[in-house]
Amino acid sequence: MRKIKETIIEKLILASGLASIFFVVLIFLFLIKEGLAVFQSVTPGAFLFGKSWYPISEPAQLGILPLILGSLLVTLGAAVISIPIGVGAAIYIAEIAPARIKDILKSGIELLAAIPSVVLGFIGMVTLVPLVKSLFHLPTGLTALSGSIMLAFMAMPTIVSIAEDALYSIPKNYKEGALALGATHWQAIWRVMLPAASSGILAAIMLGIGRVIGETMAVMMITGNAAVIPQSILVPVRTLTATIAAEMGEAVVGSEHYFALFAVGIVLFVISFGINVTADLFLHEKQSK
Amino acid sequence: MTKIITNGLNLFYGKFHALKNVNSGFGENRITAIIGPSGCGKSTLLRVFNRMNDLIDGVRTEGEVVIGEKNILAPATDLVALRKKVGMVFQRPNPFPLSIYENIVFGERIHGDKVKDDKLDEIAEKSLRDVLLWDELKDRLNEPALRLSLEQKQRLCIARVIAVKPDVLLMDEPCSTLDPNATQRVEELMRELKNKYTIIIVTHNMQQAARVSDDTGFMLLGELIEFGNTETVFTAPSDKRTEDYITGRYG
Repeated sequence: MRKIKETIIEKLILASGLASIFFVVLIFLFLIKEGLAVFQSVTPGAFLFGKSWYPISEPAQLGILPLILGSLLVTLGAAVISIPIGVGAAIYIAEIAPARIKDILKSGIELLAAIPSVVLGFIGMVTLVPLVKSLFHLPTGLTALSGSIMLAFMAMPTIVSIAEDALYSIPKNYKEGALALGATHWQAIWRVMLPAASSGILAAIMLGIGRVIGETMAVMMITGNAAVIPQSILVPVRTLTATIAAEMGEAVVGSEHYFALFAVGIVLFVISFGINVTADLFLHEKQSK
Repeated sequence: MTKIITNGLNLFYGKFHALKNVNSGFGENRITAIIGPSGCGKSTLLRVFNRMNDLIDGVRTEGEVVIGEKNILAPATDLVALRKKVGMVFQRPNPFPLSIYENIVFGERIHGDKVKDDKLDEIAEKSLRDVLLWDELKDRLNEPALRLSLEQKQRLCIARVIAVKPDVLLMDEPCSTLDPNATQRVEELMRELKNKYTIIIVTHNMQQAARVSDDTGFMLLGELIEFGNTETVFTAPSDKRTEDYITGRYG
């Protein structure tokens, strides 16, 4: 009797494990099936590197280069802002902060991670956007820069908590060894602890960036959504994610536009997948050391 | 010559009285072993000499520890200068996750400003020769230090300390993770090094203390029970508790 129960439980667990893979495969297949259909009307080259995105003009122009560049620009900006601050915060929390401040900061960062992105987007819209507008004397504050700053806030919790983990899990005797050789605290951090934690910190950065690239709501609200190739960070841009979210509702099922949006989804999927795999490689490297 | 003197040294971890009125003198160019059962405070005593206990919250010390005519427990002590003079080798070999070369020149890089490469090369070679690793490793200097064997790692850690040119070497159970052959070779190395350095070794292993040291101190529950010439301590201890420990009645 007991044996039957064990077997049933094992099978159930197996089934739930398989289910997750099954759904991923289903989603992927659906994405591929719908997305690849667009290449009946445009070549992959013209799709990826086409400079104009006018999906509902006649004939439709389906070049997603502006969207790719929009996503990259916003992501790059967010990375430039969030990496130094995030890694700095991780070092402070792991190494320098007294126990009480450490607790406060850690809960603060968890709280930051818990803010829904639409709320962040909304706050950005009413505070950050006017600020950017008046600071740079722009016709509109809905720019790539605003998006980058907002997304940096979303990447930061991931970066801080994983990087802090990486720093915290370095063997204590590295630090002791460095200090015993007469290193100052900062020298021990910079020359021994950061190199020792580098793979974990890189993984933290990659996962943070992964979150930024996939983010939709906040960027849609504050980047201005102009599907043109950006010439600077102070102009409106449109990202891959925002394009899908904004246009899927109005695209006619089975139209070129509809298939093109799925193909955008594939591009997004490939980018996110690449980032996650890279992060994973870094994490594994850390474990095998 | 006495290199390190402790006068009425007391140490507290919070309320726990870990070192009780320790008075001792460690001879220059001698190997002094500190023995005693687990938790007797021997590692704590060792870590007083380079102020590593400062890393622990709630540690308080009283009394005096004089190294080179200065009381190193004084708040104004320059810890960087102290730790350059008083090097430490740890129980678990702890080479940094850097190359072999960068491990050895670590001290020079953090202490000197704008060090020339040929000077670093010179230091690396000399330090490795001192720990008898040069011939084994001279062609592998850029390999990660973490790839070395345990014994090589521990020697590398000794080389890394020597490269800073200390006067005193503190060794906290340096052989406890090594096999008997490696232990023997590290002990030989210690005997060679004592011509240049004052060595204090904490060990669990009484035979090791008897083999390698000139002087021995026996600690129990935070007290330094006996301190003197190794032969005397092992053959004619003056305290009953030392005798009981050495003959294996407890510990």
